Amino acid sequence: MGFDQFGIISFTGTTKAEQFVEFLKNNELRGTVCKECGAKFFPPRSDCAVCLSDEMDWFPITGEGTVVTFTKANFAPAGFEKDVPYALAVAEFADGIKVFGRLDKNLSDDEIKVGMKVKVRAVDLGDDRISYELTA
Amino acid sequence: MAKVAVIGVGQSTFTRSYPGSIRELAFEAFRDAMKDAGLKAGQIDASIICSAPEYDKQRTPSGLMAEYLGLNPQPTFYVESVCSSSSTGLRTAYGLIASGLHDVVLVLGFQKMSEISSAESQERMGRGADIQWEAPFGTMMPAYYAMYARGHMEKYGTTEEDLGLIRVKASTYGQINEKAAFRKALVLEKVMEPKYIATPLKMFDCCANADGSSCVILASEEKARDLCDKPILIKGLGMATAPINMAGRDTFSGLRCAQLAGKQAYEMAGISPADVDVAEVHDCFTIAEMMAYEDLGFAAPGEGKDLIRNKETYREGKIPVNVDGGLLSKGHPIGATGGSQIRTIVLQLREQAGDMQVADAKIGLVHNIGGVGIYGNVSIFGVE
Repeated sequence: MGFDQFGIISFTGTTKAEQFVEFLKNNELRGTVCKECGAKFFPPRSDCAVCLSDEMDWFPITGEGTVVTFTKANFAPAGFEKDVPYALAVAEFADGIKVFGRLDKNLSDDEIKVGMKVKVRAVDLGDDRISYELTA
Repeated sequence: MAKVAVIGVGQSTFTRSYPGSIRELAFEAFRDAMKDAGLKAGQIDASIICSAPEYDKQRTPSGLMAEYLGLNPQPTFYVESVCSSSSTGLRTAYGLIASGLHDVVLVLGFQKMSEISSAESQERMGRGADIQWEAPFGTMMPAYYAMYARGHMEKYGTTEEDLGLIRVKASTYGQINEKAAFRKALVLEKVMEPKYIATPLKMFDCCANADGSSCVILASEEKARDLCDKPILIKGLGMATAPINMAGRDTFSGLRCAQLAGKQAYEMAGISPADVDVAEVHDCFTIAEMMAYEDLGFAAPGEGKDLIRNKETYREGKIPVNVDGGLLSKGHPIGATGGSQIRTIVLQLREQAGDMQVADAKIGLVHNIGGVGIYGNVSIFGVE
């Protein structure tokens, strides 16, 4: 099992960035940083579009981020129906790194706001599947 | 560079469920455009077929369509940029004609979305974003555009009622467009009633899936003057792109691809936003039209809400927008949408738009977006 363990439904079986899943298992969300030019990427990339290098290191996304925008979905695409309602958000972390993902289901509607502080954490989905979410 | 003109336009009636196959659906727009242009199939030098994949089972649809439309043995190929496919087809046709490679090129857009359920359709549209890093969270178009609506509201104080007013306008014109799928007038109270699909967007903020086809026939200006009494010239074309992943976006209050495409198109046409007499914008959601007002320079950033509050985008207003009902009333058969927008503008500039006619329209603009602002096409047309 590799990258196809990521997310509620994975649409990608194989990627050179599959070590992402191993980091998640250690409760770490990681992006990649180019060894040549230092460009930082999230979601992680295996190739640097800035300098064309394929030499990458992993860096952890830690600390507090800020919610830039969000939505609470009451309908879902095929395969995700049982999850509704769920909230999706974009949050910005250090160095302008943005993370897209779901918000913690336990957050109340009153708590969820643009500008709220969040951190990332891994979520065990059961069935040998793993994801991450943004939580307060 | 050689000038390129539109010499024929057509579209099928957009409908929730078309009682025929994709080839038959495509033929409706083709027949309409060929009659409009007064052409025979042998006079089409090449065809460009546009749709988004996976809504029907046909692979390589251009081969099928060229055969059914009677366009063999001329060249044909497929162009795709999801919801803006047929505007990208227009751009491609422009290049083929301006280069001198072909004189007359046909752009056919189609989509038959009723072959799959709404949830399946949302799953496919969700996969029109980043399938590796985003689709595993359960993404869909309303949720993506809802995040832009939230961003716009936070930054500029736009309200849900402002978005509702855009739907009310769409329904005003949808009811007089015989090609539209939704022809009922809506009042603001009714628009505000339903529950959220994805906050802050409710059902009437969203366009609906539809079946439909569109067809645009283009020719070099010289050929167009031989074939046609009132060719409509392409004055400017812009196209730009933005990262497919939301994490790569620098703003959630406007679409960068549309801003850039608009700037390019205005520069090429040598006009400013104030010169546009009538516009068709990609209102897949009400927020998309609100952002288009600002991205295209019809209003300053944050002031789009004043345009709709003051009814300046109605037919009699300062800048009439989507006076055919837009995607919100016509329905949105993905691959056909751009061609339908182009048809509306061509009819406006020919003064053939009937009850929807904007007085003295000389310059028209089409804004057609693919995905959640992945692809932005802006095309400007003129009578001379």
